[in-house]
Amino acid sequence: MIRDFEYFAPKTLEEALSLLDKYRETCKVISGGQSLLKLMRAGLITPQYLIDIKGMSELDYIKSEGKNGLKIGALTTHRAIEESPMIQNGFSTLVEMERILAFIQIRNWGTIGGNLCHADPAQDPAPVLMALNAKLRASSLKGERTIAIEDFFTDYLKTALEPNELLTEIQVPAVPPHTGTAYTKFNIIENDLAIVGVAVSITLSSGTDVCQDVRIALGASAPTPMRAKGAEGVLRGKKVTDDLLTEAGEKASAEAEPLSDINASAEYRRQLVKILVKRMGKEALTRAKQA
Amino acid sequence: MKKELRLTVNGEAHELYVKPKSLLMDVLRDQLGLIGAKRSCDTNTCGACTVILNGMAVHSCSILALQANGGEVLTVEGLAKKTELHPLQKAFLDYGSVQCGFCTPGMLMSAKALLDKNPTPTKEQIKEAIDGNLCRCTGYNSIVRAITAVVNGEYKEEK
Repeated sequence: MIRDFEYFAPKTLEEALSLLDKYRETCKVISGGQSLLKLMRAGLITPQYLIDIKGMSELDYIKSEGKNGLKIGALTTHRAIEESPMIQNGFSTLVEMERILAFIQIRNWGTIGGNLCHADPAQDPAPVLMALNAKLRASSLKGERTIAIEDFFTDYLKTALEPNELLTEIQVPAVPPHTGTAYTKFNIIENDLAIVGVAVSITLSSGTDVCQDVRIALGASAPTPMRAKGAEGVLRGKKVTDDLLTEAGEKASAEAEPLSDINASAEYRRQLVKILVKRMGKEALTRAKQA
Repeated sequence: MKKELRLTVNGEAHELYVKPKSLLMDVLRDQLGLIGAKRSCDTNTCGACTVILNGMAVHSCSILALQANGGEVLTVEGLAKKTELHPLQKAFLDYGSVQCGFCTPGMLMSAKALLDKNPTPTKEQIKEAIDGNLCRCTGYNSIVRAITAVVNGEYKEEK
């Protein structure tokens, strides 16, 4: 049973920020609500005030900024990202990720910003956006700030947003030349939440197999989505071989902090991280060579 | 404190007063008496509550009714034209796609949303469209066959 609450549907960002500033910890923001309503129904969250921003069309956009990459409004739906030619052209890993995120019904209504703010470590967008080096823009009445996505998640279902701040935009920089990115998740039922998710992005030095830059991000492998920086260190500056990718997988597995739950034990998750980092490393390498 | 909700359901305009916590499914079933969309898993998983909102298949159990304010909803009750069943409904009957029937309204609405946007989907696209709808009788093949029959033009909509 959902507890009663007072409901606001602000039409502008200004209005929404004023409400947030007024109600702070006593309120919750709802966008698509595809995760939030589950928690409210279970009685785990009982806000006094609910601020519904789903209808705030000024945060629903996908803009290409050329050399400066891509800007995605926080209220863009998963389905809009999945079907965007602009994202397919140059950021296709985001499209591949959206295709395996839950079902069409959920992608039709759920938003990318809502997904990130829910901060479930098993969700798909965060690892992919980490591999793509995304930044998040947060706004409050006091102004705006930019948060690197790896600093956004502070604990299980917790973010770095202040109670009066709203996530407004996801900024994805242009992908450098000779870069390949890949994402996969392991689960029992297709399109279910990840038991472990892994995203890898590799940039090669021009015309070589030498890894100039690399980003490895893990989902469902710790209380928050995380970068596997140790594993990145194994690859950076070296010629990428099968053996080296195996070593990177082992390193990522060691630095992960997985939990045991109904889906899998921590030990099993570590094994998955090891295998999937190697597999996605290989895939990213193949794509980088073709890029 | 109830709030005003304007909603067009199956072509008919409604002006309702709802609690902010009412879900779209609650309003359709309990206030408008449209019980086609099923209250089932209640956790955004099974798809039995699927309706079409502003042209998109959505889970009516996981949307606040007020979020649909000003919108257009199509439920399974709105598929048939008077006594003439919709081609998808006819196909579901002919192809034995209804066993216990509990998932059927949701399956029909997911299929309708697909065909409205893409009248010539591949088998994979049909499967993807009903991926969010569980059938516990596991009658998926006959459901895919029925939708395929409509795609192949075996059933024409009466004009």
